[in-house]
Amino acid sequence: MYDVILIGCGVVGAATAYQLARYDLKVAVLEAQNDVANGTTKANSAILHAGYDPEPGTRMAALNVEGNKMAKELCRKLDVPFRPVGSLLLALSEAQKTTLQTLYVRGLANGVPGLALLDREATLAMEPGLNPELTGALYAPTAAIVNPWEYALAMAETAVVNGVELHRRCPVTGIRPLPEGGFALQTPRGEWQTRFVVNAAGVNADKVHTLLEPVPWKITPNRGSYFLLDKAEGSRVGHVIFQCPGPNGKGVLVAPTVHGNLLVGPDAQPVEDRRDLGTPASALDFVRTQARRSVPGIDFSQNIRNFAGIRANSDQEDFIIQPSPAYPAFLDLAGIKSPGLTAAPAIGKRAVELLAEAGLVCRPKAQFIAERHVVRMDRLSPAEKNVQIARDPRYGRVICRCETVTEGEIVAALHSPIPALSINGVKRRCNAGMGRCQGGFCGPRVQEIIARELGIDQTAVPMDQDGSWVLAGETKTGREVTGDV
Amino acid sequence: MYDLIVLGGGPAGLAAACRAWQEGVRRILLVERDDALGGILNQCIHNGFGLHRFSEELTGPEYAGRYIRMLGQTGVEVRLATMALQILPGQDGAPHEVHTLSPTHGYEVLQTRAIVLAMGCRERTRGAIALPGERPAGIFTAGAAQRYLNIEGYLVGRRVVILGSGDIGLIMARRMTLEGAKVLACVEVMPYSGGLTRNIVQCLQDYDIPLYLSHTVTDIKGHDRLEQVTVSQVDANRRPIPGTEMVFDCDTLLLSVGLIPENELTRQAGIEMDRRTHGAVVSEAMQTSVPGIFACGNVLHVHDLVDYVSAESERAGAAAAAYLQGNPSASLPSLRLDNGAGIAYTVPQRLHPGIGEAQVFFRVNRVTGPAAVVAENDAGETSRFRRLRFAPGEMERITLPANLVATAKEHITLRLEEGSV
Repeated sequence: MYDVILIGCGVVGAATAYQLARYDLKVAVLEAQNDVANGTTKANSAILHAGYDPEPGTRMAALNVEGNKMAKELCRKLDVPFRPVGSLLLALSEAQKTTLQTLYVRGLANGVPGLALLDREATLAMEPGLNPELTGALYAPTAAIVNPWEYALAMAETAVVNGVELHRRCPVTGIRPLPEGGFALQTPRGEWQTRFVVNAAGVNADKVHTLLEPVPWKITPNRGSYFLLDKAEGSRVGHVIFQCPGPNGKGVLVAPTVHGNLLVGPDAQPVEDRRDLGTPASALDFVRTQARRSVPGIDFSQNIRNFAGIRANSDQEDFIIQPSPAYPAFLDLAGIKSPGLTAAPAIGKRAVELLAEAGLVCRPKAQFIAERHVVRMDRLSPAEKNVQIARDPRYGRVICRCETVTEGEIVAALHSPIPALSINGVKRRCNAGMGRCQGGFCGPRVQEIIARELGIDQTAVPMDQDGSWVLAGETKTGREVTGDV
Repeated sequence: MYDLIVLGGGPAGLAAACRAWQEGVRRILLVERDDALGGILNQCIHNGFGLHRFSEELTGPEYAGRYIRMLGQTGVEVRLATMALQILPGQDGAPHEVHTLSPTHGYEVLQTRAIVLAMGCRERTRGAIALPGERPAGIFTAGAAQRYLNIEGYLVGRRVVILGSGDIGLIMARRMTLEGAKVLACVEVMPYSGGLTRNIVQCLQDYDIPLYLSHTVTDIKGHDRLEQVTVSQVDANRRPIPGTEMVFDCDTLLLSVGLIPENELTRQAGIEMDRRTHGAVVSEAMQTSVPGIFACGNVLHVHDLVDYVSAESERAGAAAAAYLQGNPSASLPSLRLDNGAGIAYTVPQRLHPGIGEAQVFFRVNRVTGPAAVVAENDAGETSRFRRLRFAPGEMERITLPANLVATAKEHITLRLEEGSV
């Protein structure tokens, strides 16, 4: 019998696991896919919002501001790329200045520090590449950029290092309340019994809850498409550049990334199929046109990748963070739309409080490993690089030439607390294949290293999720493996 | 301290290093990031290489082998599995620095009097053309699929659509067919192919693979592995025409949509670039805007034939030797080769007036019937070079007469003239 089982290991599940790992509890995380952070967490704007958007008094407002405050220290301890670049929300007409004023007042009410209303000249002085027709901006110094999947991965890894079990490829297919209290969860890998359940299933949170009982809310998945531009465009802007929000979200933004690229997007498109991560031509056209209204000079010929993420929106205004009235030991963390990434660490803390209120006894562990460290060759000085290479020459062999990622870093990702199991899993852990050639050169080599390190056949290494097979078969053996992955 | 560091051990670097050695340069280091010399030739196991250079037909590995053997007879030092991370040009005649990373030597700062840039090119990706649709596995650049097939021994799929009619895509259409895959179509957005005519004939027509000109991929379906692509006809502005959609059930999409010279090191070093070639601006000696730094091969501009890469790179090696032996030219010459109507680019972009005749590579930007390229200098001198056909997919080579070069004041303009032949 587990004390707590979390369903889903996106950033919300990871943050909750990280908080629970501090206590003397038997905790497991069940993740449907072959990797953590593989849903909404890996495909979003990678921004830690300051917190002036949500209505004062909502959970969203409080958790946004609190999550933003927690981020810097968390990223330092867990070695996650983080840059406090600040944001500018642009007014592109006189009328939009009213919106700035409204959000400024809202931000003050939410306790957002350092907000300032800027006039046109001050805005252009801070960010000369902006549309000169702008009329003003709301400056939020506490907005930051982060590597979102590493943020989640780092929290999940730290949880695992501190004794939380993570089971991947383990979708929950049934939930049954036990007569003596607690729940039995059905999965393809057997039945799991637990006293408490945390539903952090992201875009599928409503479906998961429905396994137990009907729910009065539902997820309304909404897709956003992006451009990721080459590092040659990475310094086009120094701040996160927002447009005034509309009914469909925060609008198209332009932002630097922690990797040095430029991120442009998203649009907002309701979708039925929660796995349809396509980027239609119409969405890309919309993003291009809208982004040029803020930053006219963006060179879209420097695009290296389009991607889309599905927002786990719900039909509720606020985040759904509450126990089921009928089953107080079943806690929903659902409908975590923007600013979910920002709020996640605070949601994790709040989740533990709610579990404690429902009767979970939380005794702090004697020993909690709070720090995580990752070797990233491109951040080391020449002398430090040589120390690393002397210790392990594989850190001198560059596999991904665009991002200068070495074999040593890839091997480390394959033997980390949550080992990568796919080519994209390696990409998310150490950046190999993230660059301008998009794995054209290093993809086959990365795949070979994965097969070698995990002791599996190269044809069994997927690109991303199970089923995303890369190789149809060997040419000289006549062996067919199509679709076996 | 080296006299010459050659960055890249593909055909360009091999030829440049060999030639510099033959010209008497002795302290030469060749840096290659892969574990073997030969570059992309190692995966080009088809024949058709060497007709110009060796007057016989070789495979890619055979062609590379010839140069690797030649290099073996020199005293050029070779360092494999070594990545150049940065070039710092020396100021006022001071040596240049090359920063490298390798398993054997760690992070090193090497000093050299001259550098030949021969890093080659990379393939344009799906992102570069902002291809719409889902992002399943099964979408490869043609060169990546070629590496899997010819080096690693794996087939990447069984029902294939190819977008782009560049040479690697055409070669892969034949190669995948020979390995038992079904190639359903080759789709080209332009009204003409970007590949060599011989490859259209030998790789598509001989295998009854349809070529759809003025078509492109407008949708991609498949959550995990590719399941379907939609192909639409495009109008004169390359906009898809609604109602012309064709759907192909396939598990693989190969992209052969162009090559880009790999010049991140070059740009970082502050070397003047040509936005048309995506390579450095060079003189007829293949020297860049930084004295002592030369460039050749696909890092300079994308070639169709390796034979021309070798020829150009041997020129760069010889010029580097001349530079080291006391004929340094301070900076780029002022005489410009300008692109007039119909010309996409020229290499070199600058000439020294006193050099005598000058060999020039160029590409046109449209397909023609019988036509001429006219070179005209600003003193009114002209030369005419006739061909039965010009096409962007075929790099052209002409030799400007000495008189045309010598009498030019500031520029010589190349232009395409149709119908006057």
